Amino acid sequence: MTDHILPKRVYYTIFGILMLGTYLTVQIAFFDLGRLNTVVALTIAVLKATLVVLFFMHVKYSTRLTWAVVLGSIFWLGIMFVLTMGDYLTRVWLTYG
Amino acid sequence: MLPEAHHAHHPALAHQFDSLGQQKEAATLGMWVFLLTEVLFFGGMFLTYAIYRAWYPAAFAVASHELDVTLGTINTVVLITSSLTMALAVHAAQLGQRKLVLWFLVATMVLGLAFLGIKSVEYYHKFEEHHVPGPGFQFEREYFRHAQLFFSLYFIMTGLHALHMVIGIGIMLVMFWWTWRGTITRDYYSPIEISGLYWHFVDIVWIFLFPLLYLIGRHGP
Amino acid sequence: MATVILPPRHYLNDGYGIASWLFTRDHKRIALLYLAGVTFFFFIGGAFAVLIRLELATPAGDLVSDETYNKLFTMHGVMMVFFFLIPAIPAVLGNFLVPIMIGAKDLAFPRLNLASWYIYMVGATFTTYAIVTGGLDTGWTFYTPFSTVSSTSQVIPAALGIFVTGFSSILTGLNFIVTMHRMRAPGMTWFRMPLFLWSTYATSLIMVLGTPVLAITILLVAVERVFRFGFFDPTLGGDPVLFQHLFWFYSHPAVYIMVLPAMGVISELVAAFCRKPVFGYSFVAFASVGIAVLGFLVWGHHMFVAGQSVYAALVFSILSFLVAIPSAVKVFNWTATMYKGSISWDTPMLYAIGFIGLFTIGGLTGLFLASVGLDVHVTDTYFIVAHFHYIMVGGTIMGYLGGLHYWWPKISGRLYNETLARISAGIIFIGFNLTFFPQFIVGYLGMPRRYHAYPPEFQVLNVLSSAGASILGVGYLIPMIYLMWSLRYGRLAGSNPWGAVGLEWTTTSPPPTENFAETPVVTWEAYDYGAPVEGHVA
Repeated sequence: MTDHILPKRVYYTIFGILMLGTYLTVQIAFFDLGRLNTVVALTIAVLKATLVVLFFMHVKYSTRLTWAVVLGSIFWLGIMFVLTMGDYLTRVWLTYG
Repeated sequence: MLPEAHHAHHPALAHQFDSLGQQKEAATLGMWVFLLTEVLFFGGMFLTYAIYRAWYPAAFAVASHELDVTLGTINTVVLITSSLTMALAVHAAQLGQRKLVLWFLVATMVLGLAFLGIKSVEYYHKFEEHHVPGPGFQFEREYFRHAQLFFSLYFIMTGLHALHMVIGIGIMLVMFWWTWRGTITRDYYSPIEISGLYWHFVDIVWIFLFPLLYLIGRHGP
Repeated sequence: MATVILPPRHYLNDGYGIASWLFTRDHKRIALLYLAGVTFFFFIGGAFAVLIRLELATPAGDLVSDETYNKLFTMHGVMMVFFFLIPAIPAVLGNFLVPIMIGAKDLAFPRLNLASWYIYMVGATFTTYAIVTGGLDTGWTFYTPFSTVSSTSQVIPAALGIFVTGFSSILTGLNFIVTMHRMRAPGMTWFRMPLFLWSTYATSLIMVLGTPVLAITILLVAVERVFRFGFFDPTLGGDPVLFQHLFWFYSHPAVYIMVLPAMGVISELVAAFCRKPVFGYSFVAFASVGIAVLGFLVWGHHMFVAGQSVYAALVFSILSFLVAIPSAVKVFNWTATMYKGSISWDTPMLYAIGFIGLFTIGGLTGLFLASVGLDVHVTDTYFIVAHFHYIMVGGTIMGYLGGLHYWWPKISGRLYNETLARISAGIIFIGFNLTFFPQFIVGYLGMPRRYHAYPPEFQVLNVLSSAGASILGVGYLIPMIYLMWSLRYGRLAGSNPWGAVGLEWTTTSPPPTENFAETPVVTWEAYDYGAPVEGHVA
């Protein structure tokens, strides 16, 4: 397996974007966007995490198996969230007796 | 059947593997599978958080205000910087630059310790303000029960995260030692790489913890 | 016929003394360390079962108090689930066979494998400590807020024990996954692997995906109990049903951790003792993975009456019907394998057909329970108890014993007494059905589970069940005796006493430490019966 050696400037660039993302997250938190606040904060977090995964953790250059593990973990987390929230979000609709 | 090849074994090659390449692939896959388990481990807590935040949004917002955004932001910067130094440590290892590896590992550890130091200060503040759940907990009456729930989540989530940081620093110490005595070379640097994977994962957990714990309803009065 | 001799050097005589065992990295020795552990804890769990059935022989709660009875069924469940059923086949047979079946020298991470065993023993020690210092009375399910607030029993040590043991499971699964992906011998493609490995792989996926959620859940219970945090306590704003969601997210897939490896064993046994490839190999392989995946989508069927929304209940009900499909596929395929096969009724095959029949009954009753309407009627009755014992005892334990008997000659180099073995299999089958079939009836008639007393009209069925349990107990003891006896006095087995196809049968019995004299190169399909190829015995 040939190892991809990223040039250092890639790491510095990603670092810069992560810093920018952190700054934005904090600044936006102080504006009232209603429900969007959470959406924006989580979106930025997901973007930051994606950059760390793809570049710092080299997943962009990794095997398909590594991709399968990464995507699988997100998918399984999703199963846990979706089916559990499926209970909590529908509790008010109808109850037994 | 293939006869056993009698070739000189690289000192780091374990007997069950046929080549360093196979060993590296196995180690890397092993660490990724382990990180998968960590995603689900932390995931249970994030799910718990999500449900109670949806149930008690006002109390969670008020409680979140009691956390220090400045310290939290500094910690986020510190941890992301430590991820950079970790990535650079792996990069140096790939190029066989032993001294650089050592420096970057030290930088990563120092930043990690700084994170834990700031966290300790925050925990101390929470203790002083009687925001530690339990018999000594104090909060405004309207939000008392549910703010206590928020702080329970705060302590368990950041506590487990901090525990993972401590373990990570321990791993970095071992990596420092291995690099120091020459075990890590251009041909055999996968321990540094997979330690880096672990460290980045711990960073990612914090990337989610920070906005979810510190930045709820900050726009409020 | 050539005289069979023991190979001069093999993994059992490769180093003597207790240190050579406690510090071994050999997956085969680690398998035997696990064998000792799981057998010991099986008998502890069995002892609790004896006490339960003694109490239930009479309607009155006259043997033990109700609180003590709560501890009996709890400890029976905890010991059997976490310290026997979950580790047994993967950690004993899996550890022994996975490297050999793929042609490797060992697992990917041998020291991690040894660590897994130590972690298992440490967890078991914590739990044993909990038992001897007063026991646990929450049920193996730890439902909140009883476990976190009201129970005065040893919740924390037991929870810690289970938490620790969970890591043993995770690391074993991790080891198997990496090994199967990265260490298969030349020519051993995924679809040439024996189906036992597909089942083990699917089991390993469940172990790594599900167990961490149990870990965090149990940790939250312990933390809540110590610090009164309130995640699951309604008086503090928490939701007890959340505990159940988190708990069953693991514990339902856990039952597939318990049964999938047994299914893998059955595939091997049916192929070997019908001298035929398993019918529909790829269907069985995909069904294994399918069970693992679908098994994660159904946990709410344990919570139909717990307070989750009826819409969630309906979704979980439909998904629970779906998960039966891959299991059924396997049963059909095993049966089709037997059709026109050259069947020999050696002991392992007896266990295999016992499994097929009893698992089918257990699985079909699972379908009954997937239906919300029926489940509401029988939940928390003995119907449920019978259902899961048909799968776990009629299924998993039969599979485990079948596998143990099949591979015993490989593991020990010796043959056991076939007559005694067949008699034991018969005793176990009869004892099992006598114990658990009456429980279906008595449960349907309304006898609740986890009660130490019951209305007198249920006594006859309970006495039958208790009588069956004593027969079953005898059935389990006899193999202990003849298997141990065979270690010293059994006839030597030779490398392939069954004439089976598989890499494990190409090496000596017992195998050398490095498994093979030379790395095999695989050029034949799995279960290649009737096609003599150099390098394996057809």
